[in-house]
Amino acid sequence: MSASATPMIEMAAVSKWYSPQFQVLKDCTTSVDRGEVVVVCGPSGSGKSTLIKCVNALEPFQAGTIRVDGINLSDPGTNLPKLRARIGMVFQHFELFPHLKITENLCLAQEKVLGRSREEAMAKGRALLDRVGLAAHAEKFPGQLSGGQQQRVAIARALAMDPIAMLFDEPTSALDPEMITEVLDVMVELAREGMTMMVVTHEMGFARKVAHRVIFMDQGEIIEDRSKDEFFGSPRSDRAQLFLSKILSH
Amino acid sequence: MFQFDFDIIFKTLPYLLREGMVFTLTLTALAAFGGLVLGTLLALMRLSTLPGLALFATGYVNLMRSLPLVLVIFWFYFLVPYIGQVILRTERPVEVGAFASALITFTLFEAAYFSEIMRAGIQSVPKGQLSAGYALGLTYRQVMGYVVVPQALRNMLPVILTQTVVLFQDTSLVYVISITDFLGAASKVAQRDGRLIEMYLFAALVYFLISFLASLLVKRLQARTAIIR
Repeated sequence: MSASATPMIEMAAVSKWYSPQFQVLKDCTTSVDRGEVVVVCGPSGSGKSTLIKCVNALEPFQAGTIRVDGINLSDPGTNLPKLRARIGMVFQHFELFPHLKITENLCLAQEKVLGRSREEAMAKGRALLDRVGLAAHAEKFPGQLSGGQQQRVAIARALAMDPIAMLFDEPTSALDPEMITEVLDVMVELAREGMTMMVVTHEMGFARKVAHRVIFMDQGEIIEDRSKDEFFGSPRSDRAQLFLSKILSH
Repeated sequence: MFQFDFDIIFKTLPYLLREGMVFTLTLTALAAFGGLVLGTLLALMRLSTLPGLALFATGYVNLMRSLPLVLVIFWFYFLVPYIGQVILRTERPVEVGAFASALITFTLFEAAYFSEIMRAGIQSVPKGQLSAGYALGLTYRQVMGYVVVPQALRNMLPVILTQTVVLFQDTSLVYVISITDFLGAASKVAQRDGRLIEMYLFAALVYFLISFLASLLVKRLQARTAIIR
């Protein structure tokens, strides 16, 4: 099989327990193709954030396999830092490094992980900063930016590593409503450029606009895994219907 | 009626500063630096998932914190030459010298205290910061070195400096191994010229001024180095 034919992210029967009594992920099986945008939604505590954190091995799991670009995460020979460097991740609370300037946030991993020169990293960082509309803030510290601006910097920081896929863990949940759009706009643009994306979010407008597939999770299980049109169309599980009616009622 | 003679202070000031204060400040600076480096390593060991490392660091910190400093100073001064003899297989006990002995002692002793400070500092860095570092492909060392420890140092800077002021005062204990630090120099003059009250008053004033000014400096730094969140 050629590399482009295998899915970018492949999960098979992934299970995770916090304790013998408490299982957070139950036999989760799904995949994300190259260039595909998959939205993961579900009530809080359903395990969606845990699932996405398993994809770059930030969360360990006890059973099942995950392959990213054909590389098995559980294989003892897998160089996890090297693999993680190729997968971008954006967090709910941005997690910019508060002691470093915006430019240093963008350059750190480019230099230390990819071995790029300062000039090269800076050029890349500035170009991406410009792309997310924040070129004027290059020399500031993260704390001097608004939440929406910080999250856009965080996206630029992830993109600076030239990732093969991007993971978003509730990227707009910690933002004030008026800042959500500016972050979603960047994400929509990214999706339209063909970036492979797995996005945990409650933003159904975003899902409608750019997602190819929607995964619905509840109590650690994948309840639905369908194309966007099917998911938002009529046939669906009671639990997904209940969830959608709750978050779409306003 | 006792006559005060504060002239003695001005006459002996060059000696007090050159012989005494230079030593006191050098020992304080070197021991604080060494103690902080070693303490940070101990803190990382203590927080490590490797049980052997954590156990060793915990044992070391608890041992050092349970012993009086004077005892440790004595202990190192008299035992290190013999330990050196065993390790280097020399015929005679190795001559370490009072300064080196004092420096080693204070560094090792302070490391225990700095490690507790740095442990709190490292734990004060949100877990999401580590996740973000790892997600970018940084290794454990890089995450600690570029993300966690710099933030821990900043968060703990006031406490670190306060501990250094305590160390500055504690260095006066080197008199037990006959080293002339600032207090030792003042004490020598006091006994030679019979000017105990003047010299000890002066020494107290100098220690107070330096410590007090340092603590004012700490307050200022605290405001300036706070990370904007």
